[in-house]
Amino acid sequence: MTPILEVKNLHVAYSARAGEICPALVGVNFVLGPGEILGVLGESGSGKSTLAASLLQLLPLNGKIQQGEILFEGKDLLKVSPQELRRTRGGRIGLIFQEPSSSLHPSIQVGRQVSDVLAAHESLDRRTLREKTSELFAAVFPTGAERISRSYPHELSGGQRQRVLIAQAIACGPSLVIADEPTASLDPTTQREILLLFRTLRQKFSLAMIFITHNPSLLADFADRILVLYAGRVAEIGPTAKVLSSPKHPYTEALLQCLPSHLREDQSMRKARLHVIAGDPPDSSLPAKGCLFEPRCTQRMEVCKGSEPPPFTVSELHEVSCFKFAG
Amino acid sequence: MRYLLRRLLHAVFLLLGVSLLTFLFSALAPGNYFDEMRLNPQISPETVAALRAQYQLDRPLPVRYAHWLNALAHGQMGFSFAYNSPVAPLLWARARNTLLLTVTATLLAWLLALPLGVWSAARLGRAPDRVISWTTATLLVIPDLVLALGLLIIAVRTGWFPTGGLTSVGFDDMSPLHKLRDLAWHMTLPVTALVLAALPTLVRHVRASVAEVLEAPFLRAALGHGLPHSKLLYGYALRAAANPLISLFGFSVGTLLSGSLLVEVIMSWPGLGPFLLEAILARDLYVVIGGVLLSMIFLVAGNLFADVLLYWADPRIRTAASAK
Amino acid sequence: MQPLLRVENLVKHYAAGRSAGSRDKHVALDGVSLSIAPQSTLALIGESGSGKSTLALCIACLEHPTSGSIWFEGIDVAALHENQQRKFRPRIQLVFQDPARSLNPRWTALEIASEPLVVRQDTSKQERENKALELLDCVAIPRRLASQRADELSGGQKQRLAIARALALEPKLIILDEALSALDCSVQAQISNLLLELQSSFGLTYLFITHDFAMAAHLADQIAVMDRGRIVESGPAENILRSPSHEVTRALLAATLPITETPGVGLEL
Repeated sequence: MTPILEVKNLHVAYSARAGEICPALVGVNFVLGPGEILGVLGESGSGKSTLAASLLQLLPLNGKIQQGEILFEGKDLLKVSPQELRRTRGGRIGLIFQEPSSSLHPSIQVGRQVSDVLAAHESLDRRTLREKTSELFAAVFPTGAERISRSYPHELSGGQRQRVLIAQAIACGPSLVIADEPTASLDPTTQREILLLFRTLRQKFSLAMIFITHNPSLLADFADRILVLYAGRVAEIGPTAKVLSSPKHPYTEALLQCLPSHLREDQSMRKARLHVIAGDPPDSSLPAKGCLFEPRCTQRMEVCKGSEPPPFTVSELHEVSCFKFAG
Repeated sequence: MRYLLRRLLHAVFLLLGVSLLTFLFSALAPGNYFDEMRLNPQISPETVAALRAQYQLDRPLPVRYAHWLNALAHGQMGFSFAYNSPVAPLLWARARNTLLLTVTATLLAWLLALPLGVWSAARLGRAPDRVISWTTATLLVIPDLVLALGLLIIAVRTGWFPTGGLTSVGFDDMSPLHKLRDLAWHMTLPVTALVLAALPTLVRHVRASVAEVLEAPFLRAALGHGLPHSKLLYGYALRAAANPLISLFGFSVGTLLSGSLLVEVIMSWPGLGPFLLEAILARDLYVVIGGVLLSMIFLVAGNLFADVLLYWADPRIRTAASAK
Repeated sequence: MQPLLRVENLVKHYAAGRSAGSRDKHVALDGVSLSIAPQSTLALIGESGSGKSTLALCIACLEHPTSGSIWFEGIDVAALHENQQRKFRPRIQLVFQDPARSLNPRWTALEIASEPLVVRQDTSKQERENKALELLDCVAIPRRLASQRADELSGGQKQRLAIARALALEPKLIILDEALSALDCSVQAQISNLLLELQSSFGLTYLFITHDFAMAAHLADQIAVMDRGRIVESGPAENILRSPSHEVTRALLAATLPITETPGVGLEL
């Protein structure tokens, strides 16, 4: 099956105020099949938001894609014309940014904001535009769709705003949706509803998704594969169940160990110290030598200091960038 | 609705307060119109006293104020000593001339400032923006007086424009089209002076507001949805940047009568400015009060207008207002 | 043992509606009662709009309840006058969710940690600085960061700083209003450990407000569940987790998606 998205050797960096170049993504490779949900797991500083922004070239002024290829449906997005890029954005790739509270225009009705996306990519007459917008709202809001489409963002709750963002992202029937921490500021029950909505939409429209988050528990039961990002590099990529239950990369292992588990029957574990990852994430402005996780790794070896580990295949579709699995 | 009514009521009280203060200050200021007359040996003290009684200057202050308010309620604004005629028509004739100038200048200034500011903000830090910033900074620094005088010099030296006045000799005999052309010809320099004086501030404000909005997450999100460039700039960015600009616009409307005094005096434009100046120097009490009140009405109306526009343009203000 | 904090029938009404066309009176708290034993942790769980933050503000004497009482160390602080209440404020401290917004980004870490000490007029600048450095040590912020501006610190460091600031006046009760929610998972673990350490070193009592059941289960002795201004269920943590009785509790528990478990993964002894 031809992949819908192929990212090859992506390098993105920011220039800091003082002029130094801080790499944000280094040598990122992954492939996404049609209708597949890829969960990108990363903490602050891992480069996950940079990844979302660079796929559609929406980096801030000081960010630059240094090299790499982003092949969407066979075409390299880094080489297409500006018009083609504009058509892709929103038209063939939908985008859901963080912070629903600030991703909507404060003085335009949300219904209009969704129709604006439709109008930007399809030439429809007014009546069809209105009908399609109503359909979209009905798809994401089980009740009160009409009233909500006439509201302003500040009159809606966080969950409702998030649904509006989803409506905008799927408006033109894209084949891929990139969601950057779409549930970050929401309550758990609302989070759950949004995830279920995504799943329904995926089934209905056979959408592929890149779901970016720092919370591993959201990806269980939801993503097909997980890509773990650390310091701008892909640490591990594999099927969800495998990555979560038997993580191979020391970072993934350590990260999952940090989570308190409420299913624990043994209550004597309560209020015990949680496992932490020693040290701090690396400073991207300093030059990298060797594996970037090595200073904090409990399983480090001599070879780890010398060079950065390439990805090694552990099993089918499961790759780990760690010298533990060399050879 | 309640919000607007409250603002209106506020405005009325404000105007009453201003009229009272103006009355008080003018009446308490030393001297009155008839002092000049008293110094003139040819006019007998009895005549002066009679005139004073005629204009009720010998009545106590509160009575005079009450009389004046009463007259106001009937649409009259008192009597001018100098011109020996009711104030209202005098003021109005002059105010019309001023408005001719300022409305044109304000419209032009805004129509130029908006695209310039947006264009500048979209190219922040790059060459076009820097040129505009530099130009506006220079214009800001040059005092209005110098600008007006400078233009006047051009008029004198080149003879391309008249050096003053509203119309040429023989205006009444011209055809309507000629009249219009004549008027426009006379208006050019004063309007240019006013526009050059107002433009830099406006451009900088538009630029700053739009530049701030261009950084906003919702704009990046809109870009991510593939919205076309023009829609992003004008439909989304400018609209979000509207709030401070609307307030500024209200201020522009508010200073329609008062902002052009200097230019009018220098370019001999028969507007409200020179008229008021004259009246103040002559202690023509009711003209002064009338003029000040008229200016205040515009100022208050301008602010009210801005409030109404803000209320209409920003749904968050509507929500906050109805919650009170 | 007398509870450190006992809230009785707390009611709080807000005068205005929050969105266009809604009711005139908004009932944020509708008769809330709870109690916290000294040196223990009560986790208050609820969704947004349930009134948890309003409750936190009332207990910290930053909002006046409409009716009800708040007994702190045996005294009804809700009934006190503003001036008398001020005496109690240092003993009840708040740590907020978003350290980026609760800390002045232009101030240095040292300035932020020493600011509350200015209230104690009997200390000199040097004494305040020394105490502030000690506080930074307590929360494991390296001294070399003391002169860094708050906006140059990481999320975890900022939250530690907020905790240091809360400790400055030696409080008895610390209210943590979603203090971990905005942090990465590994950082949450670090801060959670820190909180437990501080609790045993300083004998602190915590009111831990959250919507994360997993973390609540980990840190709390007692759990109370709030919904629409009322406490719908409360009791010892084990009981609530093992057999939740109210539907809201069950819905919240169900929403915490489970992770595939392996023995040994999750806790370090």
